[in-house]
Amino acid sequence: MSVPLLEVVRLSKTYDAGARTTTALGEVSFWVDRGEFLCIVGPSGCGKTTLLKCMAGLLRPSAGQVRLGQREVVRPPREMALVFQQYERSLYPWMTVRRNVRFPLKHRRLPRVEAGRLVEEAVEAVGLTEFIDHYPWQLSGGMQQRVALARALAYRPEILLMDEPFASVDAQTRAELEDLALRIRRDFGITVVFVTHDIDEAIYLGDRVIVLTPSPARVHEIVTIDLPEPRDQLTTKGAPRFIDLRARLYTAIARWRRPATSATPG
Amino acid sequence: MSDHDLGTSGRARWAARGTWIAVEALIPLLLLVAWGAWSATANSFYFPPLTDILSSFRTTWLFARFGSDVVPSLLRLFAGYAAAVVVGIPLGALLGLSPLALRTTRPVIEFVRSIPPSALIPFGIVVLGLGNAMKVFVIALACLFPVLLNTVDGVRGIDPVARETSRMYGIGAVDHVRGVVLPAATPRIAAGLRTSLALALTLTVITEMAASTNGIGYFILQAQRSFPIPEMWSGMLLLGLLGYLLNAGFALLERRLLAWHRGARGTG
Repeated sequence: MSVPLLEVVRLSKTYDAGARTTTALGEVSFWVDRGEFLCIVGPSGCGKTTLLKCMAGLLRPSAGQVRLGQREVVRPPREMALVFQQYERSLYPWMTVRRNVRFPLKHRRLPRVEAGRLVEEAVEAVGLTEFIDHYPWQLSGGMQQRVALARALAYRPEILLMDEPFASVDAQTRAELEDLALRIRRDFGITVVFVTHDIDEAIYLGDRVIVLTPSPARVHEIVTIDLPEPRDQLTTKGAPRFIDLRARLYTAIARWRRPATSATPG
Repeated sequence: MSDHDLGTSGRARWAARGTWIAVEALIPLLLLVAWGAWSATANSFYFPPLTDILSSFRTTWLFARFGSDVVPSLLRLFAGYAAAVVVGIPLGALLGLSPLALRTTRPVIEFVRSIPPSALIPFGIVVLGLGNAMKVFVIALACLFPVLLNTVDGVRGIDPVARETSRMYGIGAVDHVRGVVLPAATPRIAAGLRTSLALALTLTVITEMAASTNGIGYFILQAQRSFPIPEMWSGMLLLGLLGYLLNAGFALLERRLLAWHRGARGTG
């Protein structure tokens, strides 16, 4: 069997805070296939963000490793881009949309025309062409997250990591952004790892869904989502198979739901 | 925020601005009228009639002594201020980025900062003499600390998400500092620059009063010593106006450079 695109091997992460140590990740192992849309769900505070940051090379794991092909990930690799949940803190308010999207390309020393083309293509892919010379704060929350997505796309990653990207927008915008994520994955042929706490969102988007246990997170279950493509907000979410999967995942997560769990950053 | 409420109509905005200017000018105008009325009848040696002060202002500053006193003062002010900015911002950025450098230098910074800048004048005279070098040195040293410390705070206050964004996209240290850290710190840096501008004017006058042969501060002291009291008052009036204009010019610059900041905070 061929080597998976991305592999998480017995990954664990412990935070030292003085006398108290907190284990955020137990031993987590799974892999990501080339071109798939992998969703990771788990109760809030279970360590999803920690897991994603370790995969991105932003955090060093306490044990285990993340492997990208034959290499171990020790710093953010060129092949990855990350869309943060907090778009308003991740975008630069002093730059226009165009300059925000272009900024990560600066050090790639692309020819001007080429960089400009990448930026315009990415902005067009998220439907913001007419706002390209606006500032992020002139746009709504959903549009700002589209800018962050465009910035990731212009970088031309093989793997797009997304950390609860649509958690802070309204339901209508969220549905639009979900469809945008699916279209982008198809058009750009990239691999997506998508962290969310929303089970419906994970099933709607994912080829597979990884269910994590509460903190310290371990892999509870990996569910293959055998829903037909292309997916559609109405028919997919109304399909009997969707309801089945939803019931199954809710049951899996409810098993872990203890009363009075304290909320820690996810 | 939707895209529709971005542009209120230009005329309404100008009308609103006009109203505000009128509101701001109201109290100064009332004060001037009251001062004029009172001083005209007060017959006080120390508080000459406002009309005398204004006519002295015209004969002195428009523009008889402009070249001989105002220009030297402004040159010292801007030389000292510029030196403080040129040293303060890069040094502040460096200390803000390196916790070790900040730790090792902080005691010295806090110590020197605690000395009232006017107390440096005797030292400056001993080392640099009575000329411009001493004045520019004292002005620069006084202006340095607000710029330096605000830059340190601004740079240290950078959002961790912005830092992770740079790391994720492989943005190098130089681009990160120039493109992310310094722009993010500009609101704080601007606050320091504004404080220093007021200090620069103060120290210009103080150094000129301590030892000088020209300048606005020198002129005011001379007027007081040789008793042309209206001239002394006209100098004070000039300083008030200068301070006001410097601040207004700075505010204008700040509005342009930090338009994004007001917009992002929804206060534009």
